[in-house]
Amino acid sequence: MSTTTARTRPARWGTAARHTLLIAGSATVIVPFVWMFLTSVKKRSEVFTRLWPSEWHWENYVHAWQAAPFERYYLNSIVMTVGIVVGHLVLDSLAAYAFARLRFPAKNPIFLLLLATMMVPQFVTIIPAFSLVVQLHWTDTYWALIVPRLADVFGIVLLRQYFSTIPKEIEEAARLDGCGRLRTFVQVVVPLSSASLATLAIFAMLFAWNDFLWPLLVTNGDEMRTIQIGLAAFQGRYATSWNYLMAGTLTSAIPTIVMFLIFQRALIRGVAGTGVKG
Amino acid sequence: MVSTTAPTVGRSVQEPVRRSVRDRYSRREVLTAVGFLIPALVILGTFVIYPIASGGFLSLTSWNGFGTAQKFVGLANYTRMFADHEFWNSLLVTAVYALGVSVLSVASGLVIALLLDAPLRGLSIYRGIYFLPVVTSSVAAAIVWRYMLDPSGVVNRLLTGVGLPTVDWLNQRWTALAALTLLTVWKNLGFNAILYLTALQALPVSLTEAAQLDGASLWQRTRWMTIPLLRPMTFFVVVQALITAFQSFDLVYVLTGGGPTGGTEVLGMLMYRYAFKLGEFGYGAAIAFATLALMLGVTLVQWKATGSGESDLA
Repeated sequence: MSTTTARTRPARWGTAARHTLLIAGSATVIVPFVWMFLTSVKKRSEVFTRLWPSEWHWENYVHAWQAAPFERYYLNSIVMTVGIVVGHLVLDSLAAYAFARLRFPAKNPIFLLLLATMMVPQFVTIIPAFSLVVQLHWTDTYWALIVPRLADVFGIVLLRQYFSTIPKEIEEAARLDGCGRLRTFVQVVVPLSSASLATLAIFAMLFAWNDFLWPLLVTNGDEMRTIQIGLAAFQGRYATSWNYLMAGTLTSAIPTIVMFLIFQRALIRGVAGTGVKG
Repeated sequence: MVSTTAPTVGRSVQEPVRRSVRDRYSRREVLTAVGFLIPALVILGTFVIYPIASGGFLSLTSWNGFGTAQKFVGLANYTRMFADHEFWNSLLVTAVYALGVSVLSVASGLVIALLLDAPLRGLSIYRGIYFLPVVTSSVAAAIVWRYMLDPSGVVNRLLTGVGLPTVDWLNQRWTALAALTLLTVWKNLGFNAILYLTALQALPVSLTEAAQLDGASLWQRTRWMTIPLLRPMTFFVVVQALITAFQSFDLVYVLTGGGPTGGTEVLGMLMYRYAFKLGEFGYGAAIAFATLALMLGVTLVQWKATGSGESDLA
């Protein structure tokens, strides 16, 4: 992350001791994942009896995906995730720009109100939000999965902070050339903010893909279940088929792990950024 | 909702000092701002801000979630809550869980960050590994832990391997809560380590170097300089841990379902059971508001206790 500052720092611990401790810590983190993979290719009779599978049963993955409509769960999760990520990028950045750059009445009170909602646990909003969605006849639709989460305060705060650091002169040059606010925003501000937008996108993606309680409430049938809800239901039905369950679990986790590996820098920068305020 | 309420009367020459709303804001700019804000504010207003107000009202009714009959019952849901042994059980479970998660999050995050804070081969690999559980869904993480904690699972096999008796982790009250606590800490370890690492790298090197020249040992420097300097971040990590514990649902739902016999029924699970399993929306909303009040209260106490999050030495 910051190799330049790290290079000047003296080592606190002996290198060998640090590696030993870090490897021990890493083991507790990574062993469950290795265990999940090994179990997913075992015969059922070896699930609890062998550490290493005697034969590799890759077809477990096919069986797991046939035992429940995992393709459908996957598709639903992809649609929901794309919707939420795009929503956050567009709605959050527009609002953030207004808070960072434009002058309008009651700007600070509105911003503080939004900030205050960040302290409120989702349990407080979820009952009324759920009955609202029921009244709109949105249960078991993509509307219910996406629309209520199209914008979020975290993204607005994150982007507002970044937009404020862009020198005003850059925008003024564009405005003198006759660009309207929206065009200035799209053609000047957005390209300058790609790193912050990437951070927001990866956070939104992780949130959407892993979200549980809201999709659990607003979906009833297999048709509209997301991967997390489908997986939890699968666990209820096939509680003892640990090899299939592990195969399903691993495939559910792959998208976030891949996205993490690609966007690692953006994500870690974002996490580090949340702490700076604290 | 944001548009100006500028008086339609023209500017009066007699009062040049009191400037009207119309003077201070350009009409064009305000309209642009409204356009930029409307999409996000409509969504947040409808699905976050209105529900907070509506939930507050709901907690004063005995609504079952169906029909329009929201019978106003005053504070009956709250008085019922204080007499409900299930609520007190849930409060105790949440308190023990929150305490455990806070203490262990600070300890584990700090140790890993101290180990990572200096040049080291493979640093980014370690960082990536510790972050793996953070990006994994709670459902997936809890399923794997259930598998490992099964009576004939790998944890018990390790125990019998060293001659210890096996434990039915998830079917006993306190071991189930301990498992849930450890799972939560395990899942957020990478997050807390990165937070501490960021804070560590922002500390001035000169201070600890001076102490080192004065003969302070590594332990003395860490204990009496680094840790006190990290106090604002510790406050932040503890608040994050408290929020995690008070908001916990997914991990509990999959790992134990709140059992055995309420042994891991945190406030979120209790709210879910009453509102969505038993259809008592009013009572569920009251539990949700009690959770909010507790969260704010504990954060405030913690804020006072750590001296507004200021560090001692800075």
